[in-house]
Amino acid sequence: MSDTGRGSPFAPHTDAETTAMLDAIGVENQEALFDIPEDVRFDGEFGIAPRSEREIRREIQLHLDRDDDLTAFLGRGHYDHYVPSMVDHLADRSEFLSSYTQYQPEVAQGFLQALFEYQSMLVELTGLEIANCSMYDGASALGEAATLALRARSVDGTRVLIPELLADGRRAVLENYLAGTDATIERYPMADGNADREALADTLADDCAMVYAENPTVRGTIEEGLSEIGELADEHGALFCLGTDGVALSLLEKPANVGADVVVGDAALGLGASGGLGLGLFTTHEDFLRQVPGRLVGVGEDSDENRAYTLTLQTREQHIRRERATSNICTNQAWVALRAAMHAAWLGADGLVGLAEDCVTNARDLADRLDDIDGVEAPAHDRHHFREFTVRTDRSAADMREELEDEGFAVHAIDDHLLQFCVTETNAGQIDELAAAVEVVA
Amino acid sequence: MRYDQATWTREDGDENADTYEPLLAEKRSTEVAVDESPLPDDLTRESVALPDPSEPELARHYTRLSQMNYGVESGPFPLGSCTMKYNPKFTEDVAALPGAGTHPARSAASTQGTLELRHHLQTYLARIGGMHSVTLQPPAGAAGEFTGILVAKAYHEEHGNDRNEIIVPESAHGTNFASAALAGYEVVSLPSAEDGRVDVDALEAAVSDDTAALMLTNPNTLGLFERDIEEIAEIVHGAGGLLYYDGANLNALLGRVRPGDMGFDVMHYNVHKTFATPHGGGGPGAGPVGVVEELAPYLPSPQIEERDGEYERVEPEHTIGKVHGFAGNWLVLLKTYAYIARLGDSGLTDTSAKAVLNANYLASQIDYEIPFSPFHHEFVASADRDAADVAKRMLDYGVHPPTTKWPEIVDEALMTEPTEAETQAALDQLARAFNNAADDSDEALETAPERTAAGRIDQADAARNPRLSWQALDN
Repeated sequence: MSDTGRGSPFAPHTDAETTAMLDAIGVENQEALFDIPEDVRFDGEFGIAPRSEREIRREIQLHLDRDDDLTAFLGRGHYDHYVPSMVDHLADRSEFLSSYTQYQPEVAQGFLQALFEYQSMLVELTGLEIANCSMYDGASALGEAATLALRARSVDGTRVLIPELLADGRRAVLENYLAGTDATIERYPMADGNADREALADTLADDCAMVYAENPTVRGTIEEGLSEIGELADEHGALFCLGTDGVALSLLEKPANVGADVVVGDAALGLGASGGLGLGLFTTHEDFLRQVPGRLVGVGEDSDENRAYTLTLQTREQHIRRERATSNICTNQAWVALRAAMHAAWLGADGLVGLAEDCVTNARDLADRLDDIDGVEAPAHDRHHFREFTVRTDRSAADMREELEDEGFAVHAIDDHLLQFCVTETNAGQIDELAAAVEVVA
Repeated sequence: MRYDQATWTREDGDENADTYEPLLAEKRSTEVAVDESPLPDDLTRESVALPDPSEPELARHYTRLSQMNYGVESGPFPLGSCTMKYNPKFTEDVAALPGAGTHPARSAASTQGTLELRHHLQTYLARIGGMHSVTLQPPAGAAGEFTGILVAKAYHEEHGNDRNEIIVPESAHGTNFASAALAGYEVVSLPSAEDGRVDVDALEAAVSDDTAALMLTNPNTLGLFERDIEEIAEIVHGAGGLLYYDGANLNALLGRVRPGDMGFDVMHYNVHKTFATPHGGGGPGAGPVGVVEELAPYLPSPQIEERDGEYERVEPEHTIGKVHGFAGNWLVLLKTYAYIARLGDSGLTDTSAKAVLNANYLASQIDYEIPFSPFHHEFVASADRDAADVAKRMLDYGVHPPTTKWPEIVDEALMTEPTEAETQAALDQLARAFNNAADDSDEALETAPERTAAGRIDQADAARNPRLSWQALDN
């Protein structure tokens, strides 16, 4: 195999084979196989030079080296939890990694069972009966929840209520998912970081299709009256959609117990910091089974009467129902779901709950440390926090963020005088250094 | 070639006897009470029950499951329109480099290297598609379609055009219809002409002041090149509509034709098809979208632009906003970059040559009718008996079968795309699987497969009685 230059290293034909194959087809040369009018032909000159593996690895490494080596205390929907080595090694087995959607279940039992196990773990964590086998991310899962609310026969109304404080990405993606409908998005106010339940009660009415709340919120505060929101939504025939993540679910109130109809979010398991590559959770009640977007794995029997797995209820999906499908999703994040299930099983219940508890104590510890520093008040909200919290600053938060970068730390500046810090087990070891840096720039 | 997929069967007479591999929850599960947490009790749940196997047990569990799963490295995988080509190993290593995945909220100033890579990839894809600008944000092909249609919609709205229809050929991928509907459009389905291509007269009759766009894949799902593409573009543009290119079949054209040169205004790229990123049993993919200059101001935010050697995140003037919570499936895009760099001009052009050569050679070796030609990277054979049964029998011969019963324009369709990655010997093996299945008795077909981990699965029964979690198994 030539290293570079002549053809594709991944098209394995020798010249003799190519000739023999052309003879078998009955044409003179490869070009004769292309039925393309001359007018639209292209000369093949993209100006992209082929490189060797070694050169490309070095080239990309050099690019990555140009990124500043910062310790990130960043969150707001994308979290860096440590992923055990086992996950990489097993998920990278090519039978998993290089397989396709399980349209031939008899040769895809392995992946189907792993996805079934993933669905089951989410059922346990949320208390809802149905989990699909992935959406792209928390933002698209929220968008899909809203379209489900508009489709569901049990739901009237077109207003979708979202928290005033919400990650921009989630709000913007939701807007696009609803762009083709007559729904309107309204923001309800927050009080000290959490949903303002009184204000919500005033605005919630029978013309609402969905109420969305998050636990933890985008600022890391833990909600205190979710079941009230669930009851309010129920009273007005609106869907209650709860945003959360795979780690928080193991510790915070069980969504089914606060009246959640749909649970969405980013998994926060299976992948660490990955440039935003995520895994969208989507779970709901049995009542909405026929309205669920995306793929579902179910149990059946094979011809030997053994338990076997298969994609099921596919008549909801685009390849069958086309423009009347419950969603346009086809390719999803199945391999990330496999990784998340491996990660959760590796942790076990004890490990997962412990990880979640650390998210509370680490955030508390860092906030306590920062609160001792003149010129900052931490946390800015008088709430319990999960993983992250905001900090009120005397100086410009934007300036402080930039100066903290010079000190080797990446943090969020979310308002004129508000910073946000997120701490997990991957950066908890550098809390002292971070506090020292904040002291310098405060 | 005979094939026996590894099977792990447990027949030990307990309640869930005769399972292929017990569920994690059936191995060991622990319920943990949440009663000593650092939070007040009224904010926490009561308990969590999850599987709790040791790492060695997990390693064995997932290794057994992997052995009961067929991937590209198990054998030929000629799923039509899915382009299941070999996934080069080094791209995995590149994506696993330390620092390859930073937090998406990192500042532009502190991630110049990553932004430069993103910018290079935008440029590569723009050149390959003949497009002016490319967004990397859509996380999959269908998300790319949705993005492209939203861009078209924003463009029309900006120009005061009230257009509510998207035209989609009958034989198009299901996502085209669903993506257009999600964007709020009426979908007008366009029947194929007798030769399997777009019926130009029918198109002329279908376009109007209401036409926002025509979505088209070329070569189409029969593998045929839409030879009238210039006329089609003229008709759509003449009516004030835009032309959308579904990039699912781009592998056939690499280096030979660019969608931009054919008159397309907006397109998506399926990187897990054309650019060999692994499909991961369903995803993650990525669906970058390319547009002509006039549509660039509508792309999702942010775009990466270069100014005086600095890379910046820029909000396009009339941006449609966002289609992913962050910056898309970056690690998948990094594999895309590595693959394109590995191939370069000569490799990209050779890819389409060998993909088309392989499809034509395979077609010449099978005893099936192929009603439509000349095809390119894929062909649709007619099974002349139940295509699903033929597919199940092919599993026994050690290959993954083609896509079945679609497109419907061919009776009992076997939509076959071997990709450039197969050798002549592998194609011969694939041809034998086709031909043996054709010669087998009805009984052999109906009882197939018999050498796979599981026997034929009753999917109708699974759908009638949906059990979607291990919690539902006891019911």
